Amino acid sequence: MKCVTCKGPAIIDIRRHNANFCTEHFLEQCRRQVGKAIDEFDMIRPGERALVAVSGGKDSLAVWDLLVELGHDVDGFTIGLGIGDYSSTSSTYARAFAEERGLRLLEVDLPATHGYDIPTGARAARRAPCSACGLSKRHLFDAVALEGGYDVLVTGHNLDDEAAVLFGNTLHWHTEYLGRQLPVLPARDGFPRKVKPLVRLTERETAAYCVVRGIDYQVEECPMASGNRHLGYKHALNEIERSSPGAKHSFYFGFLAKAAERFAAEADEDRAGLHPCPSCGAPTTSEVCAFCRLVERAGGARPDEGTGAVEVVLGPTRAAATAAAAVPPATASAATAIGAAS
Amino acid sequence: MLLRNPRRELEVDGPITIVNLLARLDVNRESVLVIRGGELVAGDATLADDDEVEIRPVISGGAQ
Repeated sequence: MKCVTCKGPAIIDIRRHNANFCTEHFLEQCRRQVGKAIDEFDMIRPGERALVAVSGGKDSLAVWDLLVELGHDVDGFTIGLGIGDYSSTSSTYARAFAEERGLRLLEVDLPATHGYDIPTGARAARRAPCSACGLSKRHLFDAVALEGGYDVLVTGHNLDDEAAVLFGNTLHWHTEYLGRQLPVLPARDGFPRKVKPLVRLTERETAAYCVVRGIDYQVEECPMASGNRHLGYKHALNEIERSSPGAKHSFYFGFLAKAAERFAAEADEDRAGLHPCPSCGAPTTSEVCAFCRLVERAGGARPDEGTGAVEVVLGPTRAAATAAAAVPPATASAATAIGAAS
Repeated sequence: MLLRNPRRELEVDGPITIVNLLARLDVNRESVLVIRGGELVAGDATLADDDEVEIRPVISGGAQ
């Protein structure tokens, strides 16, 4: 195989582009695709501060690396989820990445700060582990991005992630979710702007990017996620992709171009009635937000031992932060007392 | 060769191309990378009898 650009020896074939790339031009291709996504969807503007949600897996480390390579001002934030060795190993990769590059990594340990880990908390709250995990991460990512004064929250969702979620939402016609399955969700109603710069890359490409860049990441699958529906959708889509290269891209980007807008009104309706949670200040349509209900139910399930991650304390809730709105963002961020690993 | 998730080791007679190896193992090329000595191996590369490679799955993630 020869590189489509320089005709040198290729290291990877990307069938959906009908192209092979050498190391140099594969990296260039990844940077170009991420830059194109950022520009096309107006994700991050010059001079903005971004916070990337870091798991220690390939996608979050790849997007952090790519954004730094593209010249953006990006800190990382990782959560100790308390999923045994899996979580402690994942945190190790995140810390090593940050330390080797002199980047700032914020950390919160869920058992230490909120009194539960994902396995015991999910059982206590009678939620699926992935549901409790996703809810906890979304809440903390939003809170730390806002309290830290960041302009934008970055996640490592790639084309496979988006296509799989779209597949699931379409399969079950969750129309209220379809209208907000976008690469950018603008800041509104107490939520930070959220962006997904990897939507133009598959996870085979983000994994290859990490290998080529020498980025060590958590290769093992989360033990709580094994066999879940989301992974099943990914396998199904890859079977389609095998015989029809480009199918995932066509499915997701076709949805964005031709269908997403049709569901926007329903997504707006779903957001109607948002108000600050009386307990934590996060936006919710319920009396008390889902995260606070999870903490209330799961908090008593605190494990005997922590995960070994840095123990830190989140600062004032958003309700308190709003009351202290006169405080400049930099001061408010420092007041949250979020520990940095580097 | 080393296969991940779940982790196991297999021996396959060479020479064999990556494409044929994955077909023999019924592994979808869209779902894995093949790595030899820390470097990616292209699909048309031929593995010798004594080559050691890792077949690394790339699919990950819980429900969002």
